Amino acid sequence: MLRLFFNYLIFPGFLFTATMGLLVSWIDRKITARVQWRKGPPWYQNFLDLIKLMQKEIVIPGRKTFTFIISPFLGLISVTLVASMLGKLLINPHTEFIGDLIVVIYLLLIPGIALILGGSSSGNPLGSVGSSREMKLILAYELPSILAVLTVLIKTNGIRLTEIINHQMVYGPNITSISGFIAFLVTLICYQAKLGFVPFDISEAEQEIMGGVLIEYSGLLLGIFKLTRMILLYIMPLWLIILFWSNNLNFVILIWKYFLIFLLVVLIKNTSPRLRIDQALKFFWGPVTILGVIAIVLALLGY
Amino acid sequence: MSLKLKALTKSLWVFHAACSPCNNCDIEILDVLTPRHDVERFGMVLVGSVRHADVLLVTGVPNYKNTERIKKIYSQTPKPCLVVAVGNCACGRVMFKDSYNSPAALDEIIPVDLYVPGCPPKPEAIIAGVVKLIKKVRGI
Repeated sequence: MLRLFFNYLIFPGFLFTATMGLLVSWIDRKITARVQWRKGPPWYQNFLDLIKLMQKEIVIPGRKTFTFIISPFLGLISVTLVASMLGKLLINPHTEFIGDLIVVIYLLLIPGIALILGGSSSGNPLGSVGSSREMKLILAYELPSILAVLTVLIKTNGIRLTEIINHQMVYGPNITSISGFIAFLVTLICYQAKLGFVPFDISEAEQEIMGGVLIEYSGLLLGIFKLTRMILLYIMPLWLIILFWSNNLNFVILIWKYFLIFLLVVLIKNTSPRLRIDQALKFFWGPVTILGVIAIVLALLGY
Repeated sequence: MSLKLKALTKSLWVFHAACSPCNNCDIEILDVLTPRHDVERFGMVLVGSVRHADVLLVTGVPNYKNTERIKKIYSQTPKPCLVVAVGNCACGRVMFKDSYNSPAALDEIIPVDLYVPGCPPKPEAIIAGVVKLIKKVRGI
């Protein structure tokens, strides 16, 4: 029991992942700055931002106080749970049951729902526009991302994460096969939308609807939303590695794989313009879903 | 210097409130964010919503319509909040002083912490002003 609490709150859990998330999103900011030929902030910038947001006044607009306050914490709690599960799995892939594929998929959905709840309880018209866009975006990207996960299940013949990792350790990584590679690309695009990164940052759109879902959030609550985003950014490459590339979980190789995927995500973010919501919907339900179906068919045929 | 004060002064998030300016100051403010000057080095970011802001950056002469708006925006900003007036117009409404559409100067409406004069001020002048503001907040 004590060990579980330690795992959840300190080591692969909250404290460790929060620190890693802040550092990793500094790397994101730095790469963004270098791509734009700027210098970029120092490494402790995100820590200072968080400390500053903690001491600011928290303004609560509207009458739906409870939902407004509870929704950022909802996202943070679920993301931390995913982070501690994945962290524990990567440290020792042969552990007893701590969490499963379907649990992770469910928990990764909750930050988006938290954003929708927060945006719609703020009572701001732009906030409600933002949350309706986030809702459509979730409907759009969940279908292809589930298809990609199904491809992994077909290829590895097991529904538990330990089985998936074991299969890849014995028979080679999923990403080297054709269907696995297509599913990897599909998941990468879907998680770009889940992270709210640029081609799909339609629900926030600073220049257009002024922060959208986050428009009324200030102080600590805003800081928690930002922290949730950062932790999500930290666990996203880990999740992709577990699903598609976990043939060798040596620490050094893990870090190489991690930064390769991370760099890909940041470069996609920096080199593409924002889509409209209808374009994003068409994109996800059109080409990306078709790619997902092709991946499943190829996996069933054994490629 | 306490960590709290350092965190506040090293991560100033700026909301740009334009009180009917002629756009020259706004162009110079954008220059401060571009690669040559890049104030994100010091943690300064332009944000879209007042609720996220620590600094209210005002350009232009307040007229009858946006006097109320700027008051409202100031009351909506979470405190502690600093106000920076950029350009001659926002500092003391120079030649619009006796104009028919200008009821009051900016510092008669909301408390102003920093004046950056110039028409428009150079990006270097804006950065020098912000350095003075940070020193004032830190109490050096």
